[in-house]
Amino acid sequence: MKRILFAATMFAAATLGATNALAGAVINGAGATFPYPVYGKWAWSYNKETGVRLNYQSIGSGGGIKQIKARTVDFGASDAPLKPAELDKFGLMQWPQIMGGVVPVVHLAGIKANQLKLSAENLADIYLGKITKWDDPRIAADNKGLSLPHQDITVVHRADGSGTTWIFTNYLTKVSGEWADKVGNAKSVAWPVGLGGKGNEGVAAFVRKVDGAIGYVEYAYALQNHMASVLLKNRDGNFVAPTSANFQAAAAGADWAHAKGYYMVLTNQPGANSWPITGASFILMYKTQQHPERAREVLKFFDWAFHHGQKLAESLDYVPMPEKVVKMIENTWRATIKDANGNPVWK
Amino acid sequence: MRATHHPKPAIAPGPARGKYSPTVGAGSQTDDMSTSTRQSAGKPWGDAVFRGATLAFAIGILALFAAMIAALWHESLPALHKFGFSFLTSAAWNPVKDDFGAVIPMVGTLLSTALAMLIAVPLSIGVALFLAELAPEWLKAPFGTAIELLAAIPSIVYGMWGLFVLAPVMADHVQPWLASHFGFLPLFKGAPMGIGMLTAGLVLALMILPFIASVTRDVFLMVPKNLKEAAYGMGATTWEVVRDVMIPYGKKGIVGAIFLGMGRALGETMAVTFVIGNAYHLSWSLFAPGNSIASTLANEFTEADSDVYLASLIELGLVLFLMTFIVLGLAQLWLKRGVAGGGKP
Repeated sequence: MKRILFAATMFAAATLGATNALAGAVINGAGATFPYPVYGKWAWSYNKETGVRLNYQSIGSGGGIKQIKARTVDFGASDAPLKPAELDKFGLMQWPQIMGGVVPVVHLAGIKANQLKLSAENLADIYLGKITKWDDPRIAADNKGLSLPHQDITVVHRADGSGTTWIFTNYLTKVSGEWADKVGNAKSVAWPVGLGGKGNEGVAAFVRKVDGAIGYVEYAYALQNHMASVLLKNRDGNFVAPTSANFQAAAAGADWAHAKGYYMVLTNQPGANSWPITGASFILMYKTQQHPERAREVLKFFDWAFHHGQKLAESLDYVPMPEKVVKMIENTWRATIKDANGNPVWK
Repeated sequence: MRATHHPKPAIAPGPARGKYSPTVGAGSQTDDMSTSTRQSAGKPWGDAVFRGATLAFAIGILALFAAMIAALWHESLPALHKFGFSFLTSAAWNPVKDDFGAVIPMVGTLLSTALAMLIAVPLSIGVALFLAELAPEWLKAPFGTAIELLAAIPSIVYGMWGLFVLAPVMADHVQPWLASHFGFLPLFKGAPMGIGMLTAGLVLALMILPFIASVTRDVFLMVPKNLKEAAYGMGATTWEVVRDVMIPYGKKGIVGAIFLGMGRALGETMAVTFVIGNAYHLSWSLFAPGNSIASTLANEFTEADSDVYLASLIELGLVLFLMTFIVLGLAQLWLKRGVAGGGKP
């Protein structure tokens, strides 16, 4: 397999006419689908600049974790951070690479993007199946002046396990005691109501096809599909729109320095403009590297992404990590990723 | 598959070709004999090698079958230990609490397949009859080819078509109509979303229709001409010939075709995943979303991160394997009984 990959890369490099000394190197990664669009773009630009090819399979966070544990890839990617204890158990380390927002979207006649206001409790009760009609007085109370139809709410969720679901249910668990008791926070849960779509695109398709539907997708999908996102009430009590600025607001207050193993979830963060369902996507690597030169290539790529990939990320409506967090992360690389002799891989 | 070929040997010595058969038969027989004598004289071990090789292949298939069952069994041990028999009776599916049961996916698989058979079997027998008996000669070939091409469409295309074309039609026209005319039945209650068990059954029906239709057509084409002509000669109408000659003659082949379609419907994954709604709820309504074993596996395999979760999914696979096995086994038994009871005219 390796040989085939190698041959394929050599061929690709040759046809691209890359003359760089590193031409032909391949980095293999697998995992989360949530950051796939931006990793893909980064990989393409990075390949043009350096000739190094990144082969990222967006097979889902769980798959990414499994593959890195099986050591079939150079790095894994997950939307849900691993708990510090689990990291230690497998000798892994993780860092947040990119942030983004998860956005509830609706399909209601006459209601455009960012018109419908939902409180955290109402969103949770819709997903619990306790609010079943769009003109329910609890929804109407927040939406004076908006004519809500007397229509069944069709709840749409992910059918496959997903980091997006993990972030979404993490938020619902934080804002609703009943959700925490009955359903909980995981990559797939026992949904009390609704139908399941496969992938963000599956949820987006169901919401667009079914009148009266509500679903949740990552921001880029909502934008690209011109879906009607909603205004959510955040922890400070303001109704905020899902925008890059508001994702950044949620990320700004995050105290990464005190998060052991970068275990940090950005949902329901304080701040007047904070979008409440914001999440980070994580990269997983082994602390001890058998092939330090490969590991160095991986880190070089992510370093490039931190320092030269922000524009690309923002163009896809992701939120790049703040400069001071990047410094922290690169210090962590130096301190924890070692070759077999204990020398740091990242210098 | 085997079942569908049953009628063939029945026809080979049939009286229709009786006129030619002595010469042809004798000729080929002499050929066979001379070849085999030559071979056994020159290479005495040739037959033995050949016999051994084919035997090895046959045993290989059985071994593969046993190995698959064993592997599924072994991989699902954590779930077998944790849930035991209750796996088959529990309607829970909760990845957070690691509590799993097979009832909802099993019901979904059986229900969507049953719906599909209900729609596809009469339709495809009609199509096959038209192609074999009623269609004008110039239409038979292009029509037949078109049906066979339908069978070659990848299932994911059926799924996408189901989601983007069929589901809106169901939601806007078919389901509201059903609800307003038959809404008193619990089967047709609930919000018309266009996605759910009924749409899944319909997409499955369309998928298996070409399989059943093209095999059934071949079966009908094998009905000896003189049988039909004798019936026509006695003054039977087309309908009587179909009912009393063609269907009884081809019965076993048709049943074989139906089970071929059913086997496909039971295990169909992508087309169903797109439109079934992927929800773990039991409902009397055909409008409600459900889940099937195959789409559960397709959806959840990659992200099943706990051991019990993964084992439960594999046990679901085992359940599907056994369900298919039982259904096809029953079909075989039924066919055998048909032979014993003198199923042929």
